[in-house]
Amino acid sequence: MKRIISLRINASPVEDAVSDNMLLIDYLRQTRGLTGAKKGCDGGECGACTVLVDGRPRLSCITLAVSCEGADIQTIEGQAQNGRLSVLQRAFHENLGTQCGFCTPGMIMAAASLLRRNPSPDDNQIREALGGNLCRCTGYVKIIKSVRMAAQAAS
Amino acid sequence: MNIKPGTGAAGRPVPLIDGIEKVTGRAIFTADMETGDSLVGRILRSPVSHGRIVGVDTSRALALEGVVAIITGADCALTYGVIPIAMNEYPMARDKIRYRGEPVAAVAAIDAATAEKALALIELEVEELPACYTADEARALGAEQLHEGKPGNLEREVHHEFGEVATGFAGAALVREESFDCAEVNHAQMEPHAALAEYDPERDRLTLHSVSQVPFYVHLTLARCLEMDSARIRVVKPYVGGGFGARTETLNFEIIAALLARAAGSKVMVRLTREESFLTHRGRPGTRVTLKIGLDAAGKITAVECEAVMAGGAYAGYGLVTILYAGALLHGIYRVPAVKFDGYRVYTNTPPCGAMRGHGTVDVRHAFECVLDRMARDLGLDPFDVRRVNLLSAPMFTDNGLMVNSYGLGDCLDKVQKASGWQERKGRMGPGRGLGMACSHYVSGAAKPVHWTGEPHAVVSMKLDFDGSVTVLTGASDIGQGSTTIMAIAAAEILSIDMGRIRVVTNDSVITPKDNGSYSSRVTFMVGNAAIEAAKALREKLVNAAAKTLEVAPEDIECEGETFFVTGSSDRSQSLLSFHDVAIAALAEEGTITVKGTFSTPAEAQGGKHRGGAVGSTMGFSYAAQVVEVEVDTDTGQVRVDKVWAALDCGFAINPLAVEGQIEGSVWMGLGQGVSEETRYVEGLPAHANFLDYRFPTIAESPDIDVQIVESIDPLGPFGAKEAGEGALSGFPPALVNAVADAVGLDANFLPLTPDRVQAALIKLRKAARNKEATS
Repeated sequence: MKRIISLRINASPVEDAVSDNMLLIDYLRQTRGLTGAKKGCDGGECGACTVLVDGRPRLSCITLAVSCEGADIQTIEGQAQNGRLSVLQRAFHENLGTQCGFCTPGMIMAAASLLRRNPSPDDNQIREALGGNLCRCTGYVKIIKSVRMAAQAAS
Repeated sequence: MNIKPGTGAAGRPVPLIDGIEKVTGRAIFTADMETGDSLVGRILRSPVSHGRIVGVDTSRALALEGVVAIITGADCALTYGVIPIAMNEYPMARDKIRYRGEPVAAVAAIDAATAEKALALIELEVEELPACYTADEARALGAEQLHEGKPGNLEREVHHEFGEVATGFAGAALVREESFDCAEVNHAQMEPHAALAEYDPERDRLTLHSVSQVPFYVHLTLARCLEMDSARIRVVKPYVGGGFGARTETLNFEIIAALLARAAGSKVMVRLTREESFLTHRGRPGTRVTLKIGLDAAGKITAVECEAVMAGGAYAGYGLVTILYAGALLHGIYRVPAVKFDGYRVYTNTPPCGAMRGHGTVDVRHAFECVLDRMARDLGLDPFDVRRVNLLSAPMFTDNGLMVNSYGLGDCLDKVQKASGWQERKGRMGPGRGLGMACSHYVSGAAKPVHWTGEPHAVVSMKLDFDGSVTVLTGASDIGQGSTTIMAIAAAEILSIDMGRIRVVTNDSVITPKDNGSYSSRVTFMVGNAAIEAAKALREKLVNAAAKTLEVAPEDIECEGETFFVTGSSDRSQSLLSFHDVAIAALAEEGTITVKGTFSTPAEAQGGKHRGGAVGSTMGFSYAAQVVEVEVDTDTGQVRVDKVWAALDCGFAINPLAVEGQIEGSVWMGLGQGVSEETRYVEGLPAHANFLDYRFPTIAESPDIDVQIVESIDPLGPFGAKEAGEGALSGFPPALVNAVADAVGLDANFLPLTPDRVQAALIKLRKAARNKEATS
């Protein structure tokens, strides 16, 4: 069965008919064409699909789209403003916090949520906040540095 | 044209030129290319590990509404495989199934639900056969044979002996031999496998987008298996979410996607689940290494003997190369006057193994560095010193014919010894804490390609047009390692132009020149050199055009940044030309300019003349040393890595930022293999095929890694560069085991060092100590 949901995606109000069992990631990727959130696993293991739902990081691959009725969704596509990178995006770019780039959208969204809660996290707080986001390229060294540099740049 | 390292773009840290796409989510990966008109492809996989196919009945599935095409093993009678002499795999099993999860049929349907329903309706009748899951089972007398003509399930055995081994051991002051069991590991690249195939029956043309590291091999394999003229095939590699070797051979789902697209006359997306990506495997085989070293009283190596037995899975794949690498790279890092190697690559009823970062060398290097460390202890030598007395001096050739042209291992040792505070801290760390070290090396590109055609090893094209822009065209596959950025840096350095003027177009067989692919850390060395050659050819045309305009000889033209002027002219402004002016002048001669550069490996780099001698041969080896600091909980067996210091000789760091990233990533991948990663099969059923059970370290378990770069300036490398992405990996596991020995006195002969294994070993160790006490 389908129902109409109204929500905001990257600050724009949208309305769509979705199936009851449609996952948020499929809704974003297939219905809205936002392919930034990635499927890296078979459900809830890798964090590559992380988006913000009402400011909190959520795994869009284990979230039903219909549960987001009225919610404010932020995805990687909404982070740059007028084509200019966000502070975090710039830090990930300049410090090589991204190599292959597959985990990057989820990683940046989880980090964005962290910096909103805690504008100047220490390395252990960064490790804790990103503990659900896997990366296979970087050894995480430059990811931690990127978040640290973003926090410094923003302060 | 005189090229000096570090004069311009080369040698400065540069963010990836495609990094903005990655941080904004605009980078399009294969699975992102699914459109409304693509059919969904799904694969039916074998539920048994070993069996004879009695029948595959697809009639009920075909009758299902929404099913467009079904293919089975009957639709492709041609084998494939990355090694031309060892092609023994079908995209879908025919007659025989050899591992649980092997594809047997595939469906293209209008949506995923229909495709999955159809899979359930395919009736597969199999007569099950006994299966072998380990090398021991497969080699046992009377074991069921996987492949005809391969008695004892031996895929390939290698026996190499260089120097006087018996004499070497006889003259040794100390000989030690140990066996190590290293678990099978998987690349676990973040992006699951995916391929999008589109077939146009009107034109008989096929286009495949895939996650490949080697699109050229995929192209050849599609032509073979689909019996199509390769001119009718186009292969495109979009952004790829990691490789680490998983994608250095054509994989079954790529051929299946193409076969489905042709059968359907349409576009088919085959996106594997994470579980299926694990079933496709191609990781590092589980290996038992028995290694014996002889040392003289000063710690100099007198002889080495090594046996490696690899459980390689059900098909050949890269197997023979893996087992040859294991033996070949016993050489090329230390002075080894006598070496005997016996390698056995064994077929087992598990997903096929393949190439993985540090291909073939990791487990053997692990054993070597552990045994060497223990012998240093026996002789009362410092682990650093025992390495130092065995250093090579370049240039030289090893006994197995490998060329060593540059060698910065000594500097690597100095750097990590100092940075880690080794001399002050070793042995004074307190209970349960310790330091360990190890060295490693890896090739900068296999000097002989898998598909030997006599062509240059790399070709890069460059285009200069009316707008003053330079387009670099390359088939080199960027899989996150930053090769596209290297191409831009090479062009910017040689042409002395701003990177913003340069665009790099990659990996589309109709546009870019053929490249052998991203494997064996070949791209920076080979394609980098080709890019330099192309840029030099373009530069010559520009200098000639500037000379003609300024009415001087080409040798009187000088360049500074993007301006050209006459050498020694008193008033430069009188003779100043901008890059764009010169470009227009050059175009006036011949229109749009296209040039190319090539690279071929010199004959002397291509290895020894013995059978298998090409494997391991390269233009230059990277060298690495590292120190690992650990804390061991003696109650739980938990090993925690607190800090790593790594130094790698990459010849010259064309992009130091990317070099650091590669060293960090490879050290960390070694950490995963050292502490937690392993595949496990229960009667062929993978018990690890997800990211919860296949435990690679999360950010929470990952230590800080201090990286130092050593630049030995390789005479053949592009700007002096060698590889940076693999060499440091194999040093981590032995440095870890050596650190654990330092911390708690346990000489662990297994990988990974999971808490259960370590705890059991510690209990055994304590029991032995008690018994010894009781008897003395």
